[in-house]
Amino acid sequence: MNPYWVQILMLACIVAISAQGLNIIYGYAGLFSLGHAAFYGIGAYTAAYLMKLYGGQSQAAFLAALLAGGGASAAVAYLIGLPTLRLTSDYLGIATLGFGIIMKVVFDNADSFLPELGGARGMTGIAKMTTIPWVIFFLLVSLLVVRNTIHSSYGRAILSVREDEIAAETMGIDTFQYKMVGFVTGCAFAGVAGGLYAHLYTFLHPSNFDFFKSIDLLIIIVLGGLGNMSGTLVASFGWIFLLEGLRVVLPPGYVELRWVLIPVLLIVAMLLRPQGIFGAHEFPFLREKGTR
Amino acid sequence: MLRKSHTEKGKLVKRNLFIPVLAVLLAGVFPGCSKSPVGKEMKIGLITPLSGDVKTFGESVKNAFEIAIEEANAKGGVAGMKIATFIVDDRNDPTEASNAANLLINQHGVKAIVGSVTSKATIPVSDLAQSSRIPTITGTATNPKVTVADGKRKDFMFRACYTDSFQGTVMAKFSRDELKAATAAILYDVSNDYSKGIAEVFRDSFARMGGEVVAYESYGKDDVDFSALLTKVKAAKADVLFLPDYYNKVGLIAKQAKEKELKAKLVGPDGWDSPELVKVAGDAIEGGYFSNHYSPEDTRPEVVNWVKKYREKFGQTPDALGTLVYDATNMLLEAIQEAGSDDPVKIRDALASLKGFEGVTGKFTMDENGDPIKSAVIIQIRDGKQKFLQVVNP
Amino acid sequence: MDYFVQQVINGLQLGFVYALIALGYTMVYGIVRLINFAHGDVFMIGAFIGLYTIERFQWPLAAVFVSAVVGCTVLAVLIEQLAYRPLRHAPKIASLITAIGVSLFLEYFTSLRQVFGPHYYSFPRPFPVVSWHWYGILVTNIQAVIFLVTILCLLLLQFIVFRTKMGRAMRAVSFDYVTAGLMGVNVNMVISFTFGLGAALAGVGGVLYGIAYPQVNTFMGFMPGLKAFTAAVLGGIGNIPGAVLGALIMGQSETMVSAYLSSTYRDGIAFVILILVLLWKPTGIFGTSRTEKV
Repeated sequence: MNPYWVQILMLACIVAISAQGLNIIYGYAGLFSLGHAAFYGIGAYTAAYLMKLYGGQSQAAFLAALLAGGGASAAVAYLIGLPTLRLTSDYLGIATLGFGIIMKVVFDNADSFLPELGGARGMTGIAKMTTIPWVIFFLLVSLLVVRNTIHSSYGRAILSVREDEIAAETMGIDTFQYKMVGFVTGCAFAGVAGGLYAHLYTFLHPSNFDFFKSIDLLIIIVLGGLGNMSGTLVASFGWIFLLEGLRVVLPPGYVELRWVLIPVLLIVAMLLRPQGIFGAHEFPFLREKGTR
Repeated sequence: MLRKSHTEKGKLVKRNLFIPVLAVLLAGVFPGCSKSPVGKEMKIGLITPLSGDVKTFGESVKNAFEIAIEEANAKGGVAGMKIATFIVDDRNDPTEASNAANLLINQHGVKAIVGSVTSKATIPVSDLAQSSRIPTITGTATNPKVTVADGKRKDFMFRACYTDSFQGTVMAKFSRDELKAATAAILYDVSNDYSKGIAEVFRDSFARMGGEVVAYESYGKDDVDFSALLTKVKAAKADVLFLPDYYNKVGLIAKQAKEKELKAKLVGPDGWDSPELVKVAGDAIEGGYFSNHYSPEDTRPEVVNWVKKYREKFGQTPDALGTLVYDATNMLLEAIQEAGSDDPVKIRDALASLKGFEGVTGKFTMDENGDPIKSAVIIQIRDGKQKFLQVVNP
Repeated sequence: MDYFVQQVINGLQLGFVYALIALGYTMVYGIVRLINFAHGDVFMIGAFIGLYTIERFQWPLAAVFVSAVVGCTVLAVLIEQLAYRPLRHAPKIASLITAIGVSLFLEYFTSLRQVFGPHYYSFPRPFPVVSWHWYGILVTNIQAVIFLVTILCLLLLQFIVFRTKMGRAMRAVSFDYVTAGLMGVNVNMVISFTFGLGAALAGVGGVLYGIAYPQVNTFMGFMPGLKAFTAAVLGGIGNIPGAVLGALIMGQSETMVSAYLSSTYRDGIAFVILILVLLWKPTGIFGTSRTEKV
C-alpha cells in the first residue's frame, strides 16, 4: 500500500489513542482539560530520549520506552492533578491551559538542561520504530481499557462524578479519587500516543505540542460525541483524513482555504448537531452487554 | 438503551453525509492532481508554508519557484523534459511537512523537491527525502541538522543558504573588529530555530574574540512588547545589540529601542533583508548593519533581471527568502540538465558537484555537507537604503 | 531604583492594554458563562480598522477610535446572533467549540490575500513620539495616551454598569437570567449589548496596541487574548475590577520576570502565578464562590 496513506493511517490511529485519553478525561470524567497536548509531548520526549540513548533498535526496548513515556505523563498528571482537580470546570480549563503553556516553555528550553532534547531546534535522530502492528495494538488496548472500565462499577463512579458531583459525594463516592483516576489514565494514553508519534515522524519540535494541538483534540472528541468511544474513534480518523484530503483536493492557488473551510465546517457542525456525530450511540463491540 | 426517533434521524443525516464526502475526498486523491502537459516530464515538488504563521514567506517562496520553473519551461524544459510541478502546503508544521513530502514522493512520484522554508519543517522533509533517495534542496533553512544530523550526512539533502554558524561568526567578527565593540547584548526568539541558532553562535564567537556578552535575552514568537528587555539592555550599557530575527520583529524592536533612547548599534543577519524593513522600522533602523548574500546595489545582470521579473509578475520587490529559493530552484534545474535525466541519483550527484554556479545571491560551490561555500556582504542602512560595505569570504 | 521604576512603568503599559481586552472576556463570561475565544480576534479587527483609517483615510485620532468601536461592536453583535445565540440552550461545550471555530475563521479568513493579507503591516503613528525625562525615568506620550484612554474607558464602564438602567439589567441577567426575564428585562438585548460593549473596549484596545507596538497581522490577537483571559480569571471571572487587577498583575509579573530573572520564563511565570492564586482562591481574587443548590 502506498507509503503516504500508510503514514496517514498510522497518524490517525495515534491521534485516536490520544483522543480516547481526552475522551476519558473530559467525556467521561467531565474534567475540562485544555492541556492534553502537553502530556502527549511529555510522553513523546521521554520515549524518544530513552530510546535514543539506551534502546537502539530493539523492539523490546521500544515497548519499554513507550510504557515509560506513558508512565511519565501519568506521573506528571498526578502531580498536576493534586492541586488542580479541586477546581471547578472553567477554572480547571484555564489551569490546564496554563500548564500546557508552561510545558511548551519547558520544551522550548529543554536543550539548556538536556541537550539531546533539542529545544526549539528540534530533536532529531529518533529511530523509526512505529509500525502498523504497534499502532493497531495500542489502539485496541486503549479501546478495551476504556470499554471495560466504563462498563464496570469504577466507570459508573466516574460517570456519576460527571453527572452530579454533589449527589455522588452524598452516595459515598470519593469524587477526587475517581477524578484523579480518570485524569491520570487519560494522560497516560496521551503519553503512549506521543511515544508512537515520535518514532513515526522521527523528529520532535515543541510546536507539535502547543495549545492549538490541544484544541484539535478537543474538537475531535466534541465532534464525535462527548463520552462516546466510537465517536472519538471515527472523528479522529475523519479529522486526519479531512485535513489531508483537503490538502490533496484543493488546487494550489486555493490551499490557504483549507483553514478557512475547516472552522466553517466546525461551526456548521456545532450549529446543526451539538451533541456530536454519534451522540450516545456506540459501535456494537463497544456497547455494554445487554444494551441496545 | 432506548433511544428514540430524533436522535436516530439526526445521526442518520450526518452519517449519510459523512461517508460520501469522505469518499469524494479519497477519490480525489488517487488520480492525483497536477498541472502538466503530456510527454516525458520532470516532476518537481515544492513544499512551502502557504497557510499559517509564516504564510507571507511561504508565498514569496512559491512565487520565486514559479518564476524559475516558467523560465525553464519557456526554454523548452530541462534535459529535454517539460517540468511538471506539485506545490504542497505545510503550514510551517513539522508533521504536515513530513506528510507533504510523503505525498509528493509516494503519491505524485516527484523526482526532486524544493523546500521547505523553516528548519523545523525542513528537517523532517530531509529525513524522508534521504530515506526515499530523492534529491531535495532548501533555499532558506539554516539549521545545520538539515544536512548533517547525529554525525551522519544526509547526502540527498542540499541547501542554498548559509548555516547559522557562518553568519553568527561573521557578525561577531564585524562587531569586534570594525565596530570595536567591547560589550554586546543579544535578543532572540526562543521558539525560532533560525534566531536561536545564530544567537548562540554569535554569543560564543563574540566571547571567543574577547568581547563580553552583557545580556542574552529571549522573547516569544508572539511578543510585541520589548520594553522590559530593552530597558534591561540599556541598563547593561551594551555597545552593540544583536537582533537575529526576521525583518518584521527587528523593525518592531528597533522602533522601541529608539523610543527607549538606546545608544547601542544595531546588528543582524540576513533575516533583516527585506524592502519592508525600513517601512516597519522607519528611521529607528538607520545606521544598522547586517550580513546578506548580495547587495541590491549590485549591478550584476542576474540581480537586476530577477528584481525586474519579480516586480513585473507580482508587483513587489522580492525578499531574501524568495531570492534564495529562486537560486535553489535554478541550481536544481542546472543539476537536472547536467544529469540529463530524471534519475534521482544522477541529479544528486550533479548537485553535489556543483561549482561556481552564478546565482542572484552569489557564486555557489557545494561543499561536502551539501552546504554552499559563498561569500557574504555586510550592508548598512543609510538614508533608508541598503548600502554595501564590505565582502566577507568564508 | 531608576531601573525598577522604569520597569514598573513598562509593566503598567502592558497591564493597561491587557485590561481593555480582559474586560470584554469577563463581562461576556459573567453574563452567558461563555469563554469567548473569538474576543482576541475582535481586538485584532480593531487594530486593523485603526490601520486603515489612519493610513488610508488619515482621519483624526478621535474618529479612528470611534470607527474601531463601531466596527468591533457590529462584528461582535453579529457573531453573537449568528453563532452563539442558537446554541444558548445546547451543552456549553458546543458554544465553546463554536467560539473556537469563529476565532480560527476570523484569523485565517482575514489572512487571505483578498482580505487583509498574510503580511505583518506597519501601523502608522498618528502623532510623533515625545519623551519626557523625569529624575532619570523615561516616559513617552504613547504611554501617557494609553494610561489616559484606558482610565477614561474604565470610568465610562463603571458609569454604564452602575449608573444606568442597562447596567442594572446587565447585572441582573448575570445574576439570574431567568428571573431577570420574568421581571421584564429583554434578556436577548442585554446579552447583545454586553457583547457589544466588550467589543467596543477591545476595539479601543486594538488601536492603542497598534500605536504602542506598531505592527499588526491577522494572528496578533491570539496571545494577548489568551493572556487577557487569564488575567480575567485571575481577578475572578465575571468581576470587572477583578479583570483590571488581574491584567495589571499579569503585566507586572511578565515585566518583572524579564527585568530581574530571565525573559525565557516570562510566559510560564504568568501561568504559575495563576495556578498559585487559584489554589488559594479557587474562583479568582475577587471571585464570588457560587453556591450550588442541590
